[in-house]
Amino acid sequence: MRYLCMMKSTDENGQTPPAMYEAMAEYDRWGRENGVLIDSQGLLPSSAGAIVSLADGNIKAVDGPFTEAKELVGGYAIVEVRTHEEALELARRLMQIHVDNWPGFVGSVEIRQIAEY
Amino acid sequence: MGDDETTRAAIEAVWRLESTRLIAALVRVVRDVGLAEDVAQDAVVAALAQWPATGIPSNPGAWLMTTAKRRAVDEFRRRAKHDSAFAVLARELDEAIDTDPGAGIDHVEDDVLRLMFICCHPALTAEAQTTLTLKLVAGLSTREIARAYLAPESTVAQRVSRAKRTLAEAGAALEEPSGTERAERLQAVLGVVYLLFNEGYSATEGEDWMRPALCDEAVRLGRILTALVPDDPEVHGLSALMELQSSRLAARVDPDGTPVLLDAQDRRVWDAARIRRGQDALARADALLTAEPSVSVAAEPGPYVLQAAIADEHARAASVDATDWAAVAELYERLGRRTGSPVAELNRAVALGRAHGPAAGLALLDQLADLPALRGYHLLPSVRGDLLERVGRGDAAAAEFERAATMTSNERERQLLRRRADAARRRPPVG
Repeated sequence: MRYLCMMKSTDENGQTPPAMYEAMAEYDRWGRENGVLIDSQGLLPSSAGAIVSLADGNIKAVDGPFTEAKELVGGYAIVEVRTHEEALELARRLMQIHVDNWPGFVGSVEIRQIAEY
Repeated sequence: MGDDETTRAAIEAVWRLESTRLIAALVRVVRDVGLAEDVAQDAVVAALAQWPATGIPSNPGAWLMTTAKRRAVDEFRRRAKHDSAFAVLARELDEAIDTDPGAGIDHVEDDVLRLMFICCHPALTAEAQTTLTLKLVAGLSTREIARAYLAPESTVAQRVSRAKRTLAEAGAALEEPSGTERAERLQAVLGVVYLLFNEGYSATEGEDWMRPALCDEAVRLGRILTALVPDDPEVHGLSALMELQSSRLAARVDPDGTPVLLDAQDRRVWDAARIRRGQDALARADALLTAEPSVSVAAEPGPYVLQAAIADEHARAASVDATDWAAVAELYERLGRRTGSPVAELNRAVALGRAHGPAAGLALLDQLADLPALRGYHLLPSVRGDLLERVGRGDAAAAEFERAATMTSNERERQLLRRRADAARRRPPVG
């Protein structure tokens, strides 16, 4: 079973500490060597994005930054695991890395199972 | 789910994520496969007893590692009563735990590869190699392996303990293969992983046509290998091959469990993510082959890369008719030359039949008919039946399908072949 893991956080966390990059690279390597991590990428700030929405039959495109959003997706990973608990544990570890390397960080990982035949 | 049950499930997840590295590192430390697995299991039992109360530690892998090492120290001390050599081992390990409790759980690439070498040791039978790989590298329980192989749990347990005894006698945990031997052992590992994959992809016996769980484990092992040995084109080739072939798993069987052959598969059901991964791995293999600095021309691809390239031809084609069958035939020709495999030639006959008409395929089949290696191989009459049917010789085709049906030991495949025989008989003669 595959999961999309979305890393979410607020702008209030400020700059990413350098130690965080290293820890994330290590986590990434660990996941790939374990065969569970299929793909992972960080996202650029929402100022580089846009939202295309449809309401009342009208399609509207609004450029970022998404100032109204409380939490924004900052990165994602696709993992292939054997149980739901494995995906949960992977997300817990991701949060643990923040505990260890980013004092005061507030955020969440949303995990969603990818539909398959 | 109750709290205890939640913790139990979490511990199981931790085990699945950590067991490979845990056992691999422990084998290095204790130099004994059986003991490494025993103390790792002891650590899990300790986790089950403690974590419900304490919560999951922030680094569960390191926790399990330390606990397992302490058990190993206990065991060495017990053995020291009869053999003083163990006293030294106990003391050394004890001191090592104190200096760096969780050490050994990080950067264990070499350990994991060594564990794979051990599980695929030449002293073991093929069956023991696959079973041990599932047990120690993939971290499956005896019950899970038994379910995957539809074998009684006791049989699997016996197989594992016999294999461990063989390894201990061979001193497998003490070996450090290098040079040519290392290359040979890596080949053996790739062979075992692919055997595992095929056992899942096309179950040789029994009711089911496929056992997807085995395929998934093999695909995962293939991915692990590409991370461990990133500079070997065949490692990427094998991973590509398994990703590409397994992309068709859902399309290869209908809801009743009846096999669906390539021609009839709904290609929209093919797993696009696996195809992409397979193609990425194949591209890496090709890049490694062409980047070889020691030779001026590109190195000749090995069997896994060639088979992955064939799988890729299918993956890229929108339909059977849109497939570049001439390219497929050419790849099978190279594969046959490389491996001397008559099965590759048989497949080339299929591809030639598609590329240049059934008569071309039948002409090659006639040359293969007397090969001893293909005697008793059900796909020979099956392919001939297919080609004969397409030249309009329905009765001759039906006879071949019937013959193939008596030769396969897979029940689902037998039913499929019988149906094809009936269909061929009903088909009006052409021209």
